[in-house]
Amino acid sequence: MKNKLYDMPIYMDYSATTPVDPRVAEKMIPFITEDFGNPASRSHPYGWTAEKAVENARKEIALLVNADPREIVWTSGATESNNLAIKGASNFYSKKGKHIITLATEHKAVIDAVRECERLGYEASYMEPEPNGLLDIEKFKSTIRSDTVLVSVMLVNNEIGVIQDIETIGNICRENNIIFHVDAAQATGKVKIDLEKLPVDLMSFSAHKTYGPKGVGALYVRRKPRIRIEPQMHGGGHERGMRSGTLATHQIVGMGEAFRIAREEMEEENKRIKNLQLKLLKGLTEIEETYVNGDLDKRVPHNLNISFNYVEGESLIMAIKGIAVSSGSACTSASLEPSYVLRALGRSDELAHSSIRFSIGRFTTDSDVEYTIALLKEKIDKLRELSPLWEMFKEGVDLEKVEWAEH
Amino acid sequence: MAYSDKVLDHYENPRNVGSFNKDDSNVGTGMVGAPACGDVMKLQIKMGDNGIIEDAKFKTYGCGSAIASSSLVTEWLKGKSLDQASEIKNSAIAEELALPPVKIHCSVLAEDAIKAAVEDLKSKQK
Amino acid sequence: MIYFDNNATTSLHPEVLKEMLPFLTTQQGNPASNHTFGRKAHTAIEEAREKVADSVNAHPSQVIFTSSGTESNNTIINGIAKAYSNSHFGYSSIEHPCVSEPIKSLAYQGFKTTEIPVNSEGMFNVADVNEETKKSLTFLSVMMANNETGVIQNIAEIADWAKKNDIQFHTDAVQALGKIKVDFEGLDIDAMTISSHKIYGPQGIAALIVNKKIDLFPHMQGGGQERGLRSGTENIAAIIGFGKACERSSQNIVTFNEKVKHLNAILEKALFDLGAVIFCKKSHRLSNTTFFSFKNIDGSTLLTALDRKGFAIASGSACSSKSSEPSHVLLSMGVDLDLAQGALRVSLGLESTENEINDFIETLKDEVNRLKQLTAVAA
Repeated sequence: MKNKLYDMPIYMDYSATTPVDPRVAEKMIPFITEDFGNPASRSHPYGWTAEKAVENARKEIALLVNADPREIVWTSGATESNNLAIKGASNFYSKKGKHIITLATEHKAVIDAVRECERLGYEASYMEPEPNGLLDIEKFKSTIRSDTVLVSVMLVNNEIGVIQDIETIGNICRENNIIFHVDAAQATGKVKIDLEKLPVDLMSFSAHKTYGPKGVGALYVRRKPRIRIEPQMHGGGHERGMRSGTLATHQIVGMGEAFRIAREEMEEENKRIKNLQLKLLKGLTEIEETYVNGDLDKRVPHNLNISFNYVEGESLIMAIKGIAVSSGSACTSASLEPSYVLRALGRSDELAHSSIRFSIGRFTTDSDVEYTIALLKEKIDKLRELSPLWEMFKEGVDLEKVEWAEH
Repeated sequence: MAYSDKVLDHYENPRNVGSFNKDDSNVGTGMVGAPACGDVMKLQIKMGDNGIIEDAKFKTYGCGSAIASSSLVTEWLKGKSLDQASEIKNSAIAEELALPPVKIHCSVLAEDAIKAAVEDLKSKQK
Repeated sequence: MIYFDNNATTSLHPEVLKEMLPFLTTQQGNPASNHTFGRKAHTAIEEAREKVADSVNAHPSQVIFTSSGTESNNTIINGIAKAYSNSHFGYSSIEHPCVSEPIKSLAYQGFKTTEIPVNSEGMFNVADVNEETKKSLTFLSVMMANNETGVIQNIAEIADWAKKNDIQFHTDAVQALGKIKVDFEGLDIDAMTISSHKIYGPQGIAALIVNKKIDLFPHMQGGGQERGLRSGTENIAAIIGFGKACERSSQNIVTFNEKVKHLNAILEKALFDLGAVIFCKKSHRLSNTTFFSFKNIDGSTLLTALDRKGFAIASGSACSSKSSEPSHVLLSMGVDLDLAQGALRVSLGLESTENEINDFIETLKDEVNRLKQLTAVAA
C-alpha cells in the first residue's frame, strides 16, 4: 500500500506493527467522542455503556482463541502480558521450584522478564533452538528439572515467523506439573488457536500486531485447571484483582473488533498472503547467495526472513528506502548488534547482519511484492559491486581463511 | 538514523568504486575491518612517477557511513603525497560527513585503510 | 444525560481528537523501527513528550509514558523498592488505592510501610508525622489534590520538609493537572504521576515524571522503550492526544477555574440551604469538586434517583464504586460512618453549564424532600 499522498514507502513491516483496520478505527471513534465513561463507574450509564463495550470486546478475544471471556485479562500490551504472566506465575508457584525454561529466540519482553526473575533468585535456561528455529522436543525434555516451575515459549516468532509445536511442549509441561506460558502476540489471526484443546496455561496477546490499536493487549489465564498469578500492578482492583488501572475503553473496543475480523477472515486472508509469500520467496531466491532464515514449512505466510550474503544489512536497508522493512527485530534495530535470534540459530555474524525481515499482511498487494523483488535485485547488485567480500567470493577466496584486521 | 546529505550523496553516488591490480608495484592496498564486525573496507591508491597519488579506488562492505567515508577519502587522496595522505585524520572525515557519534568508527576505519594502503605501497617501494 | 463525574473521566476534547485521528486511521509505524514510518512515529512521540513536560514545567527526558496513573504509581513505588532495598514507605491515609495498595503489598515483602493520617479537614500536615517515623522514612507519597474531596495539599511545604529529612517525595497529581498550576521543577519534587483521561485526553495513557536523581528500577522489562524504564510499544495515538490535552489544559487553567468556580458556588450555596454537609469546606479545594452528604438520607438511593432523572454523579471514587464500602478518605478524616456512607460527589467539567447546575439543584431539592418524607414515615 504505497501511500501516494505522503509519498511513503511500501509497508513490509507488519510484524513490527500493523496499520489499524479502518473498520476497527470506525468502531473505536464513538468511544472517544460520545461514550467516554469510565468502565469502573457503576453509578451512571456512561460507565455502563463503557463496561458493556469492554465485556463485548472480551468475548471477541475469547472467541478467537476458543476460551472463556472470564479467562481474558486486559493489559496495556503484550510486553505487560508477558511480564505479568512470567513474574506473576513464577512468583505465585515459587514453592514448586525456582527454575524457568524459555528460548533464546523469545521476544525481549519474555527474555528480560525471565532475567528479572533470575535477579530475584530464580534459575533460568535459555534454550537454543535448532538451526531451523524450532525447539527440539527431546532436548527440551532433558532441560526440565524437578524444580522447573514455568516454561515460556512463543507460538510464532517475530523475526523468522516459525511456529513452535505448542501442543507437544504443553503436554510435556502438564506431565511435569509445570506452568506453561505462550507469547502469541505474533500469532493471532495467523494461526488457529484453540485453547480448549491446547494445553496452555497463560497466553499473551497484542492488538497492534493484528490490525488493532497500540497500547492494549490481553493475557489469557486458564480457569480449568485454575491458574493463579500474583498481580504486578496494585490499585483499584480492576480485572478481578489481577491487573489494576483504568481501562481505555476505545482501545479495548478496537482490539475486540480487530480480533473479530481476524476470526472471520483469517482463513481466506491467509490463503492470499501465502500466495504473496511464495511469490516473494521465488523472486528473492533468484538472487545468488541468499539464505532463508527459519523453517519454511512450519512458518506463518506473513513472514520471510532472508540473508543476502556479502551485503551489509544497514546499507541494504538504506538502499531499499522504497520499502519499509526491518533488519532484526524492531525493538533492537537502534543498536548495531546483529539479531540475537539469528545468532541463536547459529547464523554467522555476516549473515545475521545482512538479514532482512519482510513481513506482509492484509493490505499488501501483488504489485507491492513485484516492486520489492525488482528493487532488491537492483540494489543487491549495486551493493555487491561495492563489496570487497563479493569480489573475493567471486575470485574464489575462502573468506573463512582470511585473517581480518579487526579493529 | 538520520544521515547527513553528504553521507547520502556519497552513498547514492559513490566515487571511485573499483579495484586496481593489487600486484602492481605502484598500487598500495589497504584492507581493514572484518565481516563479523559489519565493516570491511578495501582502499587502493595508485602512485604516479612523481610520488603523488594519481588515483584511488575503494570497495566497502558496511553501512552507509562506511561507504561514504571510503568514497570521500578516495577523492581526498588524489593529488596528495604519501606523507600528506597519512595525515588525513578520522576527525576530519567525521566532520566533513557530519557523522553521528555511533558512526565515528566508520571514519576511524577509513583512516586505518589509508594508513594500511600507504604502508603496503611503501613496503613495495623498498 | 448531564455529566457531573469529571473526576472519574472526562470527555475527549475535540481539539485533542483532531490531533489523534490521523494516528488512529492512517498507517503508523512502530516507533522503534528504523524506516520512514518508524521515524515519523518516533518524532511525533517526542513532540508530545515536550508538550507534556512543558505543561508541568519538567524536562522532556524526565517524562516516562505509561498506560495509566495506576501504572505510574506502581512503577515509582515498585521501582524504588527494587532499587533501594532498605526503603521505608510512607503515604497519606487519603491516597488513591493505586498508591496505597502497591505499598501495602510491599509490606508483605518485608518493607517497612507507614500510613500517615490527615486531619478532619482532609489536610496532610508534616507536623503530624511522629519523630520516629520521620527519622526512618525514605519515601513519601502524598497526592496533590484528592479525587473525592478535592482538597489541595500544601505540596511545596511537604516537598521541602521531605528534602530536609532526606526523604524521596512522590506526588500523585492526576486530579490536580489541568485544574491548578503544577510545577514539577518549582516544587522540587522527585517524582510525580499525571494522567490523560482526567484532562480531556484519551484513556489508556499517563506519565510518570521522575527526577534523574532517583535511581529507578523498571517495572516491566522488554524492548527497552522509555529509556529502559517502561518497555512496550508506545501507544502513539494516545500519546499524541495526551500531549495535546496537556498543552490545551495548561493554557486554560484560569478560564476553566473562573467558569467552574462560579458554578460550584451556586451548587454549594444550594447544598448548604438544603442542609447538606460539605466535606473539607474549610480547606483549599479544587474548584470543580464538591463532596457532600445529607444526614439520614441514604446515598445510594439518592444516587439512583438522580441517575433516573438524568444526572451522572459519583459516590466516591470510580475505582471503588464497585464495592459499597464507604469512602476510606472520609473515614480517615474521622467522619461518622453514617454520613460517610451517604457521600456523593459532583465534579464539574469544561462542558458544565449554569442551566445544568440549576436543573440539578431543582431535581436534588425534590428528591431530598421526597426521601426525607419517606424517612420520616419510616421513623
